[in-house]
Amino acid sequence: MSGYAYYPGCSLLGTGKSYDESVRAVFEALGVPLQELENWNCCGATAYSSIDECTAFALAARNLALAHRRGDPILAPCPNCYLVLTKTQRYLEQYPEIRQRIVQTLERLGLNLGHDVPIRHPLQVLSETPGLEAIRQKIQKPLKGLRVAPYYGCLLARPYPIVEDPWNTTILEDFIRVTGAEVVPYAYRTRCCGGALTGVVREAGLRMVYILLREALRQGAQAVVTTCPLCQFNLEAFQDQALRKNGIQERIPVLYFTQLLGLALGLPPKKLGLHRHLIPFQPQRKALQEAVA
Amino acid sequence: MEIQRTIKYEAELDRQFAYEIAQSPGAETLFECIQCGACSAACPVSIYMDLTPRRVIAMTREGFKHEVLSSLTIWLCSSCYACTVECPVGIKVTDVMYALKQRAIKEGYGPRKVLTRLLAQSFFQAVKEDGRATERKVMLRLYRRAGLDHLIRMAPLGLKLWRTGRLSAFGTERIKNPAEVRTLLECLEEQEGGKSP
Amino acid sequence: MKGNGEVPRIGVYVCDCGTNIAGKVRVAEVVEFARDLPGVVVAREYKYMCSDPGQDLIKRDIQEYNLNRIVVASCSPLLHEHTFRKATAEGGLNPYLVHHVNIREDVSWVHEDSDEATRKAKAIVHGAVLRVAWQKPLEPQSVPVRDSALVVGGGIAGISAALTLAEAGKQVYLVEREPTIGGHMAKFDKTFPTLDCAACILTPKMTAVKDHPNITLITYAEVEEVDGYVGNFKVKVRKKPRYVHEDRCVGCLECIEACVFKEPRFPNEFDLGLSKRKPVYIPFPQAVPPVVTIDPDTCLYLRFGKCKKTCVEACGDRNAIDFDMKPETLELEVGTIILATGFKTFDPTRTPKYGYGRFPEVYTSLEIERLVNSSGPTGGEVVMRNGQKPKRVGIIHCVGSRDKNTNPWCSKVCCMYSLKLAHLIHERSGAEVYNFYIDMRTPGKGYEEFYNRLAKEGVHLIRGRVAEVTDAPLHPEEEGKLIIRVEDTNIGVVRRIPVDMVVLAVGLEPQPDADEVRRLFNISCSTEGWFLERHPKLAPVETFTDGVFVAGACQGPKDIPETVAQAQAAAANALALMDKGSVEMEPNVARVNEELCSGCHICIGLCPYGAISFNEEKKVAEVNEVLCKGCGTCTAACPSGALSQNLFSDHEVFSEIMGVLL
Ligand SMILES: Cc1cc2nc3c(=O)[nH]c(=O)nc-3n(C[C@H](O)[C@H](O)[C@H](O)COP(=O)(O)OP(=O)(O)OC[C@H]3O[C@@H](n4cnc5c(N)ncnc54)[C@H](O)[C@@H]3O)c2cc1C
Ligand code: SF4
Ligand code: SF4
Repeated sequence: MSGYAYYPGCSLLGTGKSYDESVRAVFEALGVPLQELENWNCCGATAYSSIDECTAFALAARNLALAHRRGDPILAPCPNCYLVLTKTQRYLEQYPEIRQRIVQTLERLGLNLGHDVPIRHPLQVLSETPGLEAIRQKIQKPLKGLRVAPYYGCLLARPYPIVEDPWNTTILEDFIRVTGAEVVPYAYRTRCCGGALTGVVREAGLRMVYILLREALRQGAQAVVTTCPLCQFNLEAFQDQALRKNGIQERIPVLYFTQLLGLALGLPPKKLGLHRHLIPFQPQRKALQEAVA
Repeated sequence: MEIQRTIKYEAELDRQFAYEIAQSPGAETLFECIQCGACSAACPVSIYMDLTPRRVIAMTREGFKHEVLSSLTIWLCSSCYACTVECPVGIKVTDVMYALKQRAIKEGYGPRKVLTRLLAQSFFQAVKEDGRATERKVMLRLYRRAGLDHLIRMAPLGLKLWRTGRLSAFGTERIKNPAEVRTLLECLEEQEGGKSP
Repeated sequence: MKGNGEVPRIGVYVCDCGTNIAGKVRVAEVVEFARDLPGVVVAREYKYMCSDPGQDLIKRDIQEYNLNRIVVASCSPLLHEHTFRKATAEGGLNPYLVHHVNIREDVSWVHEDSDEATRKAKAIVHGAVLRVAWQKPLEPQSVPVRDSALVVGGGIAGISAALTLAEAGKQVYLVEREPTIGGHMAKFDKTFPTLDCAACILTPKMTAVKDHPNITLITYAEVEEVDGYVGNFKVKVRKKPRYVHEDRCVGCLECIEACVFKEPRFPNEFDLGLSKRKPVYIPFPQAVPPVVTIDPDTCLYLRFGKCKKTCVEACGDRNAIDFDMKPETLELEVGTIILATGFKTFDPTRTPKYGYGRFPEVYTSLEIERLVNSSGPTGGEVVMRNGQKPKRVGIIHCVGSRDKNTNPWCSKVCCMYSLKLAHLIHERSGAEVYNFYIDMRTPGKGYEEFYNRLAKEGVHLIRGRVAEVTDAPLHPEEEGKLIIRVEDTNIGVVRRIPVDMVVLAVGLEPQPDADEVRRLFNISCSTEGWFLERHPKLAPVETFTDGVFVAGACQGPKDIPETVAQAQAAAANALALMDKGSVEMEPNVARVNEELCSGCHICIGLCPYGAISFNEEKKVAEVNEVLCKGCGTCTAACPSGALSQNLFSDHEVFSEIMGVLL
């Protein structure tokens, strides 16, 4: 075991760069070893399933096979990757004929699929090792007074939830509280951000972004915290258009939970990729400024 | 005022279509749908759909192939799985949407205005070439295909992202041996008798 | 009687069962095959063997061909074994010389392929023919049936059954686990479809139970142990201490007034927590028995041993309160048992999307039944927790019904009670009411008319399963409201409907302890957990255990009219058994061959029914035929081969296996 087989996925190399940076930084600070899965390929995302589900499964399966060979659990911060890999694993168990085809094809590449490579999200991992209590001990700059809307997005909650009872879970909220920040009630914490729609069917996408942001503002949140690069991108990059269209002047920064955690752990903002954000995270309160400085 | 005849003759329906869709993973319980509409109500995009997800299910199982495959609905689906977890009879509606999209692409359906289909195809190509999807490359390809006005509309945002280092301007993400992924995909396509879009 | 040891002369009868069997199995071919089997004298195909002409065939052939063994291959022996035994006996042969095998449920209904099915039917018939040759004439034991009955559960089902039995002069013990009888019905204000007042029709019956000389009412008690068999059950009932002597309490309620808790502080279970009670309480004013109960979990004296005991003072000379009361065990002997343990409602925290427990203005239907009840916590006013009347109310049907994620079955009564509640809520508060349903299920006498009436009253009937109840507004008119998101499937459009109050029409579920109760009384449950009747159509109140009957919602969701009909049917069945006075027991009991028995005692400890004892004089084991249930445990265990079982001798079993395999 050489630590988690880190699977950043394509988004974390581009628009989600700061998620990649902050995951690495936080894992390092907390002493949880991770090492990138050598030569991983795109999981196929949702787009592939629209073309052909068998090839979609094959793309994901190659990564499962690579991790199987290495013998480490996969760490997938992108919920889309998390879902595609998990779904592939489940479906290949459920549909032996498809499995058969994929296994044979992988064999031609000298790969063995295996059955049960664990596929995990950083929220799950960090809540176990080192665990919330241990993290609390390491908090250097508590984000006191910051009001945060916890936003899980779709795919950590369904259809293969990372926790048993997604309706009643507070796993993300617990992380936010550990940083010293305050959690605002957020009814839309698992409502869809629109996914790829912002790019392709603009009007629908913008409305979905607006609904999410409006509710966060209504609850008095000063930041939205996400676990997903696509959610972060949609809520941030399209925020201006979405809110302007509805006559709302306020803007609200959208952070990854790893960035929030990193700040509270005292890591430099630059290391967490905060400089890459289009809506700067400028905690209004004095105390907060001190904390982050 | 123009009037339209909406009657459907049995001869115009494609009964086989329903059985074919019900074959795809997740769609097995298609025929058990009780038309409760929970899927549509849970769906965050249904307010824009021409057919609500419930109607897509009803029409699919009755063989309204043409209507279903030319509907906007399947391209609006954001794959959020809200419907899938709600369905009281266990239909994985999201998977049905995927099955319908695949079918529509294969049979040349798909409204021009909706870019979802083009996005899927651009993405497909990129991954096939590089093993990974470089967002810039996918996007450029998509908007090139969709038309110049789209590209211009996206330009300011693209610029911002580039400035913050979130959109690599030139480099392409590629795995060490993209050929391996290509072989993987081609093997499967061969088995299927060559059905890449 | 014939059939002793002679050369077997077997008649084989293969039934078509209309097309039920003949549609899959080539019956003529099976008959041809049977004709050539050893000992078979005559083999026939017939359309319906269970019909009179079918039975006559057997009787005639016994005479004509001098048959001494019969094989019938048709449906399940559960259905018609007794029919063919009777026919055989009427033909002049001992009824235990017939063997009935099942080629319907076991063959034609479960196989797709005709060839396979025919092959299997032949194998089964072959086994039967080889086996029947070894069967011996037997005489069934007759045992007397006691003239008393136990009814478990004091809902409307138990009450109705108890009254019918008592009226017929039988001694009835009615055991109820709560402090009062009445069950769910006691909580309702009105009942559909006639909207008659529940209390007006129920309380007289409850009082009748209390006053009937033939009924012994045992409340706050549960059955702990059941022994014996049809006609002669021995039952142990454990009565929880109520800390009040029922015979001395006159129901004046002065103790409640006097309790050291000046105000009621604890959630009243009967009102589902919508009102409060004191540690000494009566669930509702018309409770039967009309006596108070002291709750040991909240009573200061019972918890901490310290209290001024003002209640005892108030009770004065009546001396009804007794803090030293201990649990009591009663032993009853009864001939028949009727189970009427009812249902429980679905717990809506299992569907968190509807916000029960999260939003205070989301209620279950049962809670609303209490709110609209004129003797309920608000005196029948429909008000929200802030005391105001709701302007708009949404009633969501099928919560915990028709859903693979919770319960797949239809709870049958919710559509009707939701319409009832829509009417009552509108009547009491003037609110605009929306009913969200998947399918409106209102079959029944006067039910469709009730539905029409509600439609006329202007309730909004929206066809669609609600996906979510949320408090996050998207529109100014939604501020401060609960918003119901649903597809109006009749229109094909998604709607958001802001309301002040949401009612969840929770479904009916088996009682959480149904499985334990089932074991206690040795009956079966369906996969869902409802008590299983012997036959879904033809024996709806009997169970697979003779002398034990089911009634009411414990057998499956049903409304009050159906419950009462079933309860009275169960009572009639029990009466038939008791009035006959005796029952014949299946003679499939174990027997000891005294010559072979080594007296090792192994069987004695293994018998689950305590039917085997040791005869010290002869030094051999002895089976009490009345207690033996023919389970076969001892026969299989006996190391000396001294035990054998009627109808299941080694010869019989092994030749059948051989026949099937050949
Ligand atoms: C909200 C709601 C509204 C309804 N409205 C109507 C209506 O308007 N009209 C209508 O016809 N029907 C209505 N029904 C249906 C009606 O409630 C049932 O038909 C009826 O209550 C069934 O009666 P029961 O005696 O079988 O069960 P229950 O009423 O459940 O009674 C069972 C009794 O057995 C007792 N018990 C359970 N287990 C044990 C045990 N192990 N030992 C001893 N005692 C035990 C219980 O305490 C209870 O007293 C409604 C149902 C609901 C949920
Ligand atoms: S939720 Fe399921 S059963 Fe209901 S309409 Fe949709 S697909 Fe059909
Ligand atoms: S998966 Fe598609 S159809 Fe289902 S709810 Fe989400 S967007 Fe709607």
